[in-house]
Amino acid sequence: MTLGLVVGGVLAVLAVLYVARPFLREPAPASDVLDEPGELERRRLELVEERDRALLALKELEFDHRTGKTTDADYRELVGPLRRRAADALQALEPRAEARHERIRSSR
Amino acid sequence: MAGLGRAALLLSLGLVAYALVAGSYAAWRRRRRLALSAQNALLASFVSTLVAAAVLWSALARRDFSFVYVSEHINRSLPLGYALSAFWGGQEGSLLLWLMILSGYAALAVWLNRRTRDLIAWVVPVLAGVAFFFAFMLCFVSSPFKTAPAPADGAGMVPSLQNPYMLAHPPLLYLGYVGLTIPFAFAMGALLSRRTDERWIVATRRWTLAAWTFLGVGQLLGAHWAYVEIGWGGYYAWDPVENAAFMPWLAATAFLHSVMIQEKRGMLKLWNMILVALAFCLSIFGTFLTRSGVINSIHSFSQSPLGGWFLGFIVLVTAFSVTLIYVRLPLLRARTKLESLVSREAAFLYNNLLLVAFCLTILWGVVYPLLTEALRGETRSVSKPYYNFFLHSFGLPLLLLMGIGPLVAWRRASLRSLGRMFVLPLAAAVVTGVALIALGFDSSIPGLLAYTFSAFVAASIALEFWRGTRATGSLVRLVARNRRRYGGYLVHAAVLLFAIGVAGSSAYQTVRERGLQRGQSMTVAGYTLTYEQLAARQEANALATRATIDVSRGGSHVTTLYPGKNDYPVAPGGPTTSNEVSIYHDPRNLGDVFLIADQIDKGGTLYLKALVKPLVNLIWAAGFLFVFGSLVAMWPDAVEQRRLAERYAAGAVAA
Repeated sequence: MTLGLVVGGVLAVLAVLYVARPFLREPAPASDVLDEPGELERRRLELVEERDRALLALKELEFDHRTGKTTDADYRELVGPLRRRAADALQALEPRAEARHERIRSSR
Repeated sequence: MAGLGRAALLLSLGLVAYALVAGSYAAWRRRRRLALSAQNALLASFVSTLVAAAVLWSALARRDFSFVYVSEHINRSLPLGYALSAFWGGQEGSLLLWLMILSGYAALAVWLNRRTRDLIAWVVPVLAGVAFFFAFMLCFVSSPFKTAPAPADGAGMVPSLQNPYMLAHPPLLYLGYVGLTIPFAFAMGALLSRRTDERWIVATRRWTLAAWTFLGVGQLLGAHWAYVEIGWGGYYAWDPVENAAFMPWLAATAFLHSVMIQEKRGMLKLWNMILVALAFCLSIFGTFLTRSGVINSIHSFSQSPLGGWFLGFIVLVTAFSVTLIYVRLPLLRARTKLESLVSREAAFLYNNLLLVAFCLTILWGVVYPLLTEALRGETRSVSKPYYNFFLHSFGLPLLLLMGIGPLVAWRRASLRSLGRMFVLPLAAAVVTGVALIALGFDSSIPGLLAYTFSAFVAASIALEFWRGTRATGSLVRLVARNRRRYGGYLVHAAVLLFAIGVAGSSAYQTVRERGLQRGQSMTVAGYTLTYEQLAARQEANALATRATIDVSRGGSHVTTLYPGKNDYPVAPGGPTTSNEVSIYHDPRNLGDVFLIADQIDKGGTLYLKALVKPLVNLIWAAGFLFVFGSLVAMWPDAVEQRRLAERYAAGAVAA
C-alpha cells in the first residue's frame, strides 16, 4: 500500500512538472499567442490544394487515356480545362512566391 | 497495488480533465503555452493509464484474488495466457483497454502532428473529452480496482473465452473501435478551428485506414472464433454485438471511399464530416451494446450500470457533432459538382449510398427490439431473414459496383469506352452464370448472382492490373506509384474472396443430423461418417469427452475427426458444458466437413450434426489478402510525402 502510494505520488509530481513545462521553460515569453494561418496563408493553402487537385486530375486523365478508359475524343475535351485550371492555380501562386523571395532578399 | 491502480486512474482523469478544460480555453483564447501544457497533459495521461493497466495485468498474472475483478474472471487452474486475456474479458478491464488504447493513440497522433498547432489545439480537447468519459467511468462507475477479502480461488473464465482467438480478437476490435476516435477528433478540430482544408484528412488518412483494417480483421477473427468455438456451425449470426462492430466498419468503408472524392475533386466535404461522426458514434454505440448488457447475447455476459452513462455520452457526442457541422455549414460547401452520373466519382457516390443504407438498416434491426421493449414493454427480435434480405439487396449491388468502379474513368465516361472496358468482365460473368446454371447451382438465386457478379469483379480487377502494367511497363512500378489505388484493389480482391466464401458456405452448404450407435454410419454430401468410439480425458480445467469419427469418401479413408464436449467444473455461474467441434479442411473444394456432437447419451448414443461447407476457407484466406492490401495502401509514398511536406511546410504555424 505504502509503495503504491509513493509510486503514485512520484507519478503525480512528474505529471504536474511535465504539464507545467511550457510555463517553466518560458516564464515570460515575448509572445504567448497561438498563431493561426492568416487570410493570406489560408488562400495560399487553397491554391496549393487546387493546384495539386488539378495536377492529380491531369495525371488520372493521362492514365485513364493510356489504359483505354477515356476515349481520344473525351481526352481532348477534358485535358484543356484541366490544364487551364492547373495553370491558373500555378499562376495565382506565383506572385506570392515572388513576394516571399522579395521579402527574403530585402531582409538580407 | 490496487491503491496504485486507483491513483493512476485518478491521475489520468485529472490530466484529461485539464487537457479538456485548459485545451479548450487555450484554443479559444489563442494561448500558446496553455495549449502546449494541455497537449502535455494528454501525453502524460497515456503514461498514467499504462501504469493502471500494468497494475491490473500484474494482479491477473499473480492471481491476486483480493482484486474483485480478478476473482470474478479467472481461477488458479487457468493457463497464464488466458488469465492475462481476462484483462478484456470483463467490463471494467475492457473500459481500461479502451482508455489505454485511446490515450496511446491520442499521444501518438498529437505528437506526429505537433507542428500543426492551430489544428492540434482543438484536436486535444476533443480527444481529452472522449478520454474523460472513459476515465470517469473507470474511477467512479466501473472500477477494475475494487478490493475484497480474497477467496481461496476465483470464479474462472467463461469456457468459450478460453480460446486462442480471444487473445487477439477483442484487442484488435478495440484497436479499430478506438482508432475511429482519431479521425473524428481531427474532423471536429478542423471544424472548431475553421480549418476545413484537407489538412485534417491528410493527418488522419492512415489512422482511418488502420482503424478500419483492425476492425475488419478483428471481426474476421471473431467470426473464426465463433466458427470453431461456439459450436453451432456458422461464423456470423447477425448477433447485435456482431452487428455493433460491423456498422462502424461499414460507415468507415463509406468514408474511406468518399474522402478520395474530397481529395481529388474537392467535393463531399459535408458528407465526409457526417460519415466520420457517424462512424465514431457507432463505435461508441458498439461498446455500449457490448458492455451495457442491454441486449441479451453471448457477448453481453455481464449486466452493468453502464447503460445510462453510455447512452448519455452517445447523445452528447451526436448533439455536439450535429451542432458543430450545422454551425460550420458555410465552410463545407463544395465548389465543384458531379460532371456525369457515369463516372468514377459517381460510382463512389452510389457505393456510399448503398453502404450507408445497409449500415442504417442494420442499425434499425439492432435498435428496434430495444425501442419496442423500452416504449411498449414488448420483447421483439429481428432475426436472420431481415438482415439477409438487406444483405442481398445492398450487398449484391455493392459487389457489382466493386467491379464497375475501376472500369469507369474519372469525371465522365463515354458509352464507347464503357463498351470497350466492360466487354471482357461481362463475358466472364455471363460464362460463369451459364456454367453454374448448367451444373445445377441455380438452387440459390442470391448464390448464383453472387458468383456471377464475383466473376465480373475478378475480371475487372485482373484487367486493371494488366492494363496498368502494360501502361507503366512494370507491375512493381505500377503498384509503387499508385499504392492507394492498387492496395485498394487488393482489398477488393479480398472482399471478393470473402463474398465467394460466404456464398458457397451458406447458399450451398449441406446439413445432416442423426443419432448414431457405435459402428453406425451416416452420409453427407458424398462423405461417409462412421462413429467408432467414445473416450474421456482430464485436461487442465475441464473433462474432455470425444467421439472418434472416421471420415471416408468413395470408400477411401479421408481423415478422423473428434467432436465432443468439455465439462468445466469451475466457471462463472457454475459448472458449464461446451460443444467442441471437429473440422476437416478439404483442399479439393476449399471447404470444411464440420462435425458437432449435439448430444452424447449415457448409453453412448451420439447425436451427430454434420455440415459440409464448400469454399468456407476462402473467407479466412481473404483475411490475409485484406491485411496485405491494406498495408500496401497504407505504406508511405516518398513522393507524396515530399509534396505534402512542401504543401504544409509554409502553412504550418510554428510555435
